[in-house]
Amino acid sequence: MPPVLEARDLAKSFGGVKAVDGVSFSVEAGKLVALIGPNGAGKTTCFNMLNGQLKPDRGEVLLEGKPITGLEPRKIWRLGVGRTFQITATFASMTVRENVQMALISHAGESWRLFGRADQRRLEPANALLDQVGMTQQAERACGVLAYGDLKRVELAIALANEPKLLLMDEPTAGMAPQERIALMALTARIARKRGIAVLFTEHDMDVVFAHADRVLVLDRGRLIAAGTSAEVRNDPQVRAVYLGSGATSGGH
Amino acid sequence: MLDLVLTQTLNGLASASSLFLVACGLSIIFGVTRIVNFAHGSLYMLGGYLAFTLVTWLGPADPLGFWGGVVLAVLLTGLAGVLIEVLILRRIYQAPELFQLLATFGVVLMLQDIALATWGPEDKLGPRAPGFRSFVILFDNRFPSYELFLIAVGPVVLGLIWLLFHRTRWGVLIRAATQDREMVSALGVNQRLLFTSVFAFGAALAGLGGALQLPREAINLHMDLSMIAEAFVVVVVGGLGSVTGAYLAAVLIGVLHAFGILILPKITLVLVFLVMAAVLIVRPHGLLGKASVEPRGHAGQLFLLRPADRAAKLFGAVALGLLALAPLVVPDHVILTLTDLVIFAVFAASLHLLMGPGGITSFGHAAYFGLGAYGAALAVKWLGSPMEEALMLAPLMAGIAGAIFGWFCVRLSGVYLAMLTLAFAQIAWATAFQWVDLTGGDNGILGVWPSAWAVPKTVFYYLALAIAVLVIVALRVIIFAPFGYALRAGRDSPLRAEAIGLDVGRLQWAAFTIAAVAAGIAGGLFAFSKGSVFPTYMAIPRSVDALLMVLLGGVQTVAGPVVGAFAYMGLNEQLAKMTAYWRFGLGLSIVLLVVLFPRGLVGTWLYWRARRESAAQATAVA
Repeated sequence: MPPVLEARDLAKSFGGVKAVDGVSFSVEAGKLVALIGPNGAGKTTCFNMLNGQLKPDRGEVLLEGKPITGLEPRKIWRLGVGRTFQITATFASMTVRENVQMALISHAGESWRLFGRADQRRLEPANALLDQVGMTQQAERACGVLAYGDLKRVELAIALANEPKLLLMDEPTAGMAPQERIALMALTARIARKRGIAVLFTEHDMDVVFAHADRVLVLDRGRLIAAGTSAEVRNDPQVRAVYLGSGATSGGH
Repeated sequence: MLDLVLTQTLNGLASASSLFLVACGLSIIFGVTRIVNFAHGSLYMLGGYLAFTLVTWLGPADPLGFWGGVVLAVLLTGLAGVLIEVLILRRIYQAPELFQLLATFGVVLMLQDIALATWGPEDKLGPRAPGFRSFVILFDNRFPSYELFLIAVGPVVLGLIWLLFHRTRWGVLIRAATQDREMVSALGVNQRLLFTSVFAFGAALAGLGGALQLPREAINLHMDLSMIAEAFVVVVVGGLGSVTGAYLAAVLIGVLHAFGILILPKITLVLVFLVMAAVLIVRPHGLLGKASVEPRGHAGQLFLLRPADRAAKLFGAVALGLLALAPLVVPDHVILTLTDLVIFAVFAASLHLLMGPGGITSFGHAAYFGLGAYGAALAVKWLGSPMEEALMLAPLMAGIAGAIFGWFCVRLSGVYLAMLTLAFAQIAWATAFQWVDLTGGDNGILGVWPSAWAVPKTVFYYLALAIAVLVIVALRVIIFAPFGYALRAGRDSPLRAEAIGLDVGRLQWAAFTIAAVAAGIAGGLFAFSKGSVFPTYMAIPRSVDALLMVLLGGVQTVAGPVVGAFAYMGLNEQLAKMTAYWRFGLGLSIVLLVVLFPRGLVGTWLYWRARRESAAQATAVA
């Protein structure tokens, strides 16, 4: 069986800068893979090529063996890829529950219906998802007024709404307090393992990475310089050189 | 043939100069302050009138008198710009974009009446410019030397502005603020002074454009709106914030006009529009425009959209009951007014679908209202349709136009989109106005009467009321249905909407078409209510009527547009009764409303209620 996600020789340049230069890796079902690297290493560019926001100059993206390179984000989502954003993106004029309902409605192909109250649809699965991420208490609140950590959890619930095979999380814990970070990733890991979801995430906080990632990929200046378990990567001399002094053992940002 | 081509090119270039001056001022102001100044055409008109008075007073024959008058007019227009900025705009920079726009439209109305009161309704023909009275023989044609002077003005001003922007600190600040004004203010630049001076500069440019028209054509009270529409086209084609782009676009539009009048006089405006549409499809930010840095963070908190609670439902039921019982007690002419009111409520509700859940600002929604009215009238006139059939054809025609125009519009966003909608409305208006054989032109189409059973005023009123309730309820259902939610999702966060599989562009396109159909229904009813249709049904003021109704009620509420329609039309009616200068009164009311209630009437009420509730919650927790 092919891996859930496979990237082959991805490359993207902006002007003369090779942001990503020949990166290949794969993510298996139920595994958490972290993509790390210093600022400007090409993490976000890599991510945006995987989810369809950027077209790669070269290379291929395969989802369960089928090419999805260059498809529009909404088509990639339809194929079973959920995602969360570095800066949270939710619908501010809707409640927490309605945000999740909206994703469920879209997944069910009902978003063009002109009749019937949207907030009465898909209530049970919405509540179940909110329960999973621990947001039941705040289901009726407007997303516009939530604390940042809670928004991140709402995003996770939205991303899970299409029963994804693959979850792409761009800095899922950025802007959260240290305790919250560990808790959110622990939650993600639990859900991913239970449902057999492949997770690829970028992260600056090494505590989070080493605590939860099954594998770690290290990017530097557009190239993959190391890949392996937390322990392997931690002891890799090249990685140490890249991260020298920037805290390979404690939370960076 | 060749000489004809050359003369027309020169004509086009000459008219391009004033267009450039106005558009470039508009563009610079928008670049720095993010305000779309609807009143820019009015400043152009003001420049023309001031030049007329000053030149006449200083002595038109004397070069010093003439040019002195022009310079003074420019300075005074700049001063008028300062007044507008300091008295009105400065107070609402934090308000949503649309409210700023609305305020500037209030200024348009006020300046119209100020000009009417000061200079009277008749056209003012200016003197020829001293030193430029003769003709030059070019290609065996006599060509006025003043035209050649005007042709030179454009590039000269362009060059001066370039020097100003690249050689002075002030100019550098303007360019910096156009790129990223938050960064500029973070660097400690005095924003107030910058904004005021930029507004004054832009106003002075518009004033110059108007003053230079004096020897060329009569100054009149319609200069403002016809200029603003063309200036929008130029700014959009050239690219917002780009001065060179504005010049290129002004030349393009000016020359196109000159040839259009020669070859296809009936579809000049359609031609202009086609060019604009083509440019925007190839380059969505105009010829030389760049995608600008959007203001960081969210502008204003978005309200949750809740279905009506019991109090609101009760209020609605009582209001509907009163409307249903009204014909029993009120005199005939009030029934006519009420008929208009319910029709306009439909019109406003249709625009609200776009502006509220869709997040699409339309400056040209009157196009669909007017096309509905014309659809009905043309059916009566050319097909001999009875009212029932004509009322079906009205939304059909509006809906088809909405689907075509909307397809273009949803490709753009923000101000570009809004200006494109305005351009489309101008096309529709121009077609009704210029295609005399079909539409009767300015004389309109008369004799659009209801079927015999609906002729009594009360019966027609009930018909309109019933249709209005149906349409408004249908729009409400749509807003709370999955489609409405998906539309709102696209407005709240296009990124997230796309990431959960929503096709935002197509959702918006559908909303555009639905809104056009609903507006067409209102237009069809209006045609039969009045018994006639005129091109003014599609003119800019009618589009602004709709905008005002929606904004007055509050964009983020569903009941808002209906309340807004009643408040606005009521205000209009009262003002018209009280004074001949009702425009001034209306303009002033708009400005005051925007300054005092930046959330709209219903929006303000909801805001206060929400604050009271959260205060109560806070006390309860404590």
